[in-house]
Amino acid sequence: MKNRIPVVLLACGSFNPITNMHLRLFEVARDHLHQTGMYQVIEGIISPVNDSYGKKDLVASHHRVAMAQLALQTSDWIRVDPWESEQAQWMETVKVLRLIERSRSKTADYPVKHLPLHHHNQLLKSSAQMEDPDPSKTPSASAALPELKLLCGADVLKTFQTPNLWKDEHIQEIVEKFGLVCVSRRGHDPKGYILDSPILRQFQHNIHLAREPIQNEISATYIRKALGQGQSVKYLLPDTVIAYIRDHGLYSSDGSWTGKGKIS
Amino acid sequence: MDTSEKTEVVLLACGSFNPITNMHLRLFELGKDYMNATGKYRVIKGIISPVGDAYKKKGLIPAHHRIIMAELATKNSHWLEVDTWESLQKEWVETVKVLRHHQEKLATDSCDHPQRSLLMDRPGRKRKWDEQKQDSSPKKPQEPKSTGVPRVKLLCGADLLESFNVPNLWKTEDITQIVANYGLICITRAGSDAQKFIYESDVLWRHQSNIHLVDEWITNDISSTKIRRALRRGQSIRYLVPDLVQEYIEKHDLYNSESEDRNVGVILAPLQRNISEAKHSNPTA
Repeated sequence: MKNRIPVVLLACGSFNPITNMHLRLFEVARDHLHQTGMYQVIEGIISPVNDSYGKKDLVASHHRVAMAQLALQTSDWIRVDPWESEQAQWMETVKVLRLIERSRSKTADYPVKHLPLHHHNQLLKSSAQMEDPDPSKTPSASAALPELKLLCGADVLKTFQTPNLWKDEHIQEIVEKFGLVCVSRRGHDPKGYILDSPILRQFQHNIHLAREPIQNEISATYIRKALGQGQSVKYLLPDTVIAYIRDHGLYSSDGSWTGKGKIS
Repeated sequence: MDTSEKTEVVLLACGSFNPITNMHLRLFELGKDYMNATGKYRVIKGIISPVGDAYKKKGLIPAHHRIIMAELATKNSHWLEVDTWESLQKEWVETVKVLRHHQEKLATDSCDHPQRSLLMDRPGRKRKWDEQKQDSSPKKPQEPKSTGVPRVKLLCGADLLESFNVPNLWKTEDITQIVANYGLICITRAGSDAQKFIYESDVLWRHQSNIHLVDEWITNDISSTKIRRALRRGQSIRYLVPDLVQEYIEKHDLYNSESEDRNVGVILAPLQRNISEAKHSNPTA
């Protein structure tokens, strides 16, 4: 069986709160990369942003981390990394990428997770480029170090254009050194964003555009608003996360949360 | 607020549920929130009624699987349940008859147990926190007395509303009865043509007070067709359907090209029935 390049997907963001759409990004991105026949996604990481990012309505990071952990309890390949949120201050995405890559390369014997059989069967079904359809063989990732790629929605790709939000040299490092997997979103034109930017154009081979044909525009902003108004958000985010929000009085309209800060 | 003056409502959704998805489940949540927020209604139950196999829709897998998946999907819900009456009938049943069946059942239950709250039907069932939140009065151990028999209303998406126009799919008198006697709660994408559709139909216009259009702000396109397509292509459906449903589908390999070919070339039951009944009443046509 042809060896595929192992890939780790990293998603940065507020996750305020985490939703089914965030989780879908990982699934869609993984399917897309597998379909190319060149990659095998071995891990997904969610890195919630630091509180000092200062975004409006951001609840304390320990809550956002806890909610993401609850959401990922049933996932066998995605995990939460609280490191970014635990630092003294906000840091640029490229620094998070560098750090995670550095910490992985230190572990010499990084064990490639064995995929559960069902996903492995799906891999076989989905890729026409598989050379060896023997189901008893685990698709092997090469012994090379996994490539760490930034996973994001098309809306994030668009923010590269926002003046002063990203440093040009960071954007370049992200697409040149790491790579981007960008999942389409309604109302966005990722191909257009790439063509409009010289840096992105130059490294477009390292930008993978994944299409999500099943629209599922669950914005966390909407979730917060609905919760504030006492409306149901069931089936938009995992039940365990909804229970956590309720138990801790998050996002309620009576201001029982401060939104900023370290108070529990 | 005096909750005893509210009309109790049961939301009924008919459809293939082939398979049930998070979108179907969202319809119920949106319908319930909307009706409760009017201040005139109190939604006490939601019923999922999967269509029988005799519907003969392309790609429709056996009802028992669809029932089980719906039950798995509603396992963690305290107000949604799955009803098998429709799917157990030998022939396909018109939607208006399903509504009638459930309305009559509620009337009978109400007669037998006039003081008993329908919410206490299931033994050991706890009241969910959001139901407690809805009571503006201090928590009581019993539900407030209802004003008469709960009313069944048809819960649907805009696609069902627009299907009223498909020739021979619905009998005109059925549509009339649905909106006149029962009522429709239609969840639509914000900015959709549902209002225009109602305006352009005399029957719907006449009963528009019984048609509730609910805006769905989250564009949610999780159609069963797309789920089945994704499965055929080995793509993930996680987070689009409840985890238990996804596991069940995988375990039983329910959807593939063979299953999608079921009923190919067969006429859909309502079309078959309505066309043949029209022929019988017009033998010279």
